[in-house]
Amino acid sequence: MEYFVQQVVNGLTLGSIYGLIAIGYTMVYGIIGMVNFAHGDIFMLGGFAALIVYLLLVSLFGGIPIALALLIMILVAMVMTGLWNWVIEKMAYRPLRGSFRLAPLITAIGMSIALSNFIQVTQGPRNKPIPSMVSTVYEVFGISISLKQIIIFVVTAVLLTIFWYIVNHTPLGRAQRATEQDRKMAALLGIDVDKTISITFVMGAALAAVAGTMYLMYYGVIVFTDGFTPGVKAFTAAVLGGIGSLPGAVLGGLMIGLIESLWSAYFTIDYKDVATFSILAIVLIFKPSGILGRPEVEKV
Amino acid sequence: MMTKDPILKVEHLSMRFGGLMAINDLSFEAYRGNITALIGPNGAGKTTVFNCITGFYKPTMGMITMRQKAGKEFLLERMSDFEVTRDAKVARTFQNIRLFSGLTVLENLLVAQHNKLMLASGYTILGLLGFPAYKKAAAESIEQAKYWLDKASLTDRADDPAGDLPYGAQRRLEIARAMCTAPEFLCLDEPAAGLNPRESLALNELLRSIRSDTGTSILLIEHDMSVVMEISDHVVVLEYGQKISDGNPEHVKNDPKVIAAYLGVEDDEVDEVIEEIEHIAPGGTL
Repeated sequence: MEYFVQQVVNGLTLGSIYGLIAIGYTMVYGIIGMVNFAHGDIFMLGGFAALIVYLLLVSLFGGIPIALALLIMILVAMVMTGLWNWVIEKMAYRPLRGSFRLAPLITAIGMSIALSNFIQVTQGPRNKPIPSMVSTVYEVFGISISLKQIIIFVVTAVLLTIFWYIVNHTPLGRAQRATEQDRKMAALLGIDVDKTISITFVMGAALAAVAGTMYLMYYGVIVFTDGFTPGVKAFTAAVLGGIGSLPGAVLGGLMIGLIESLWSAYFTIDYKDVATFSILAIVLIFKPSGILGRPEVEKV
Repeated sequence: MMTKDPILKVEHLSMRFGGLMAINDLSFEAYRGNITALIGPNGAGKTTVFNCITGFYKPTMGMITMRQKAGKEFLLERMSDFEVTRDAKVARTFQNIRLFSGLTVLENLLVAQHNKLMLASGYTILGLLGFPAYKKAAAESIEQAKYWLDKASLTDRADDPAGDLPYGAQRRLEIARAMCTAPEFLCLDEPAAGLNPRESLALNELLRSIRSDTGTSILLIEHDMSVVMEISDHVVVLEYGQKISDGNPEHVKNDPKVIAAYLGVEDDEVDEVIEEIEHIAPGGTL
């Protein structure tokens, strides 16, 4: 039993990171109907930004408290990655907005390759380690929960609440939801649609940057290819939860994290991805719009 | 009728789609405080005029000038769609209903006040921190929304999804939403289409009260002549993208050109027309 609960805790940690990334996929898909394949690399970029900030902080003020360092890392990574995605959207996606549906998809794949190669060239192709920042581990009823995991849960929960509030209860969120439903009509009510879409990209990137920072802190290492697998898993999470739905993205992320860690614990670790994607396939057969997705109703 | 102070001036407007001249050298004016009706047979180019005014189409030629109450002038054909609403204060509705059906009725009205609220919330950040200025603006926008809910008699449905309303109510909500952008000029594309006589009457009431209470000028496309003759101060008639008549409802109703456009040519001219066709395509079938 303890072993099981332990695996659930580990799975939820991983799932929180997937969930944070998945929100970026789901928001961008919701507002312009585009799958942003470069989003995984944005997550990796966020991790690298956090790493650079950490190294700078340590070399400038040696004995900085870890909590403060972590906070600065998260904030700077959010801003920098948000800026990156803002530029990418403006340069690579906006000019193609009126084009056929596949065009932005292909550009996004190109952008993904460009970003990971950019990091490979500028940061080197090898694993970048970071010294263990938090190593406290608590024992609760025979289950060990590390402080890292608690930080990940808390940060995820806080950010989710803030983002959920923004989308549902602020003028910005209302504009986003209106743009999602009818872009032309939103413009005719005086909403600057291009700006709203830009902000959506920035919001998604900021969350991916937090996920990147958490990933770096949790695993203690990051490499330029790290955008790919978590990116694909997070996209799967978004589809599983119902793409376009914010709570769905988080639910999907947690589910994928759980499936992965439980499968690895009880069966062979080599097949954990097969298990994850099989479950995705099964869910999509019975619920094509995902767990929390709204089915599209065409009124005739 | 009030003094003739033009709020919207359309000059030499032309819109070409490939080989089709949808609007050909059209000029007319809409006066401040008036309800102006734009009528004409199907395919006359009425909706195209609307699309040019509200920044959907870039006209091939011509100039559209909007003059606000404060005297500020805007050249609408040079502005993009959201600027036409945000800066020039022109709002519009569509022939087919385009509500945000997933948002509630109240939210539909709040979205229309987006720019005001966005500024007050300091681009969301001050709003999240709960600054009093934002709270005040948010309360004001809800008051504004309530005012229009009341006008459109939708107060008891405020928290329902807009898509759940009956058809006539959705039409009224569209107009209320357009009014929440605080426009000086309101363009309505067939607001009475598909309404039953009772709903049609409620609509007339709403339009009249918009004109008298807010001083907003209205331009409307309408096929229902009872609505046009009942509420408009000024009628412009289009046929094949050109203006064929312009004046008060009485004048337009008795204009022979308008009668010809709506009913076709008169009986004694039929032989003449057939002869003409024979001349162009001898022996051809029609």
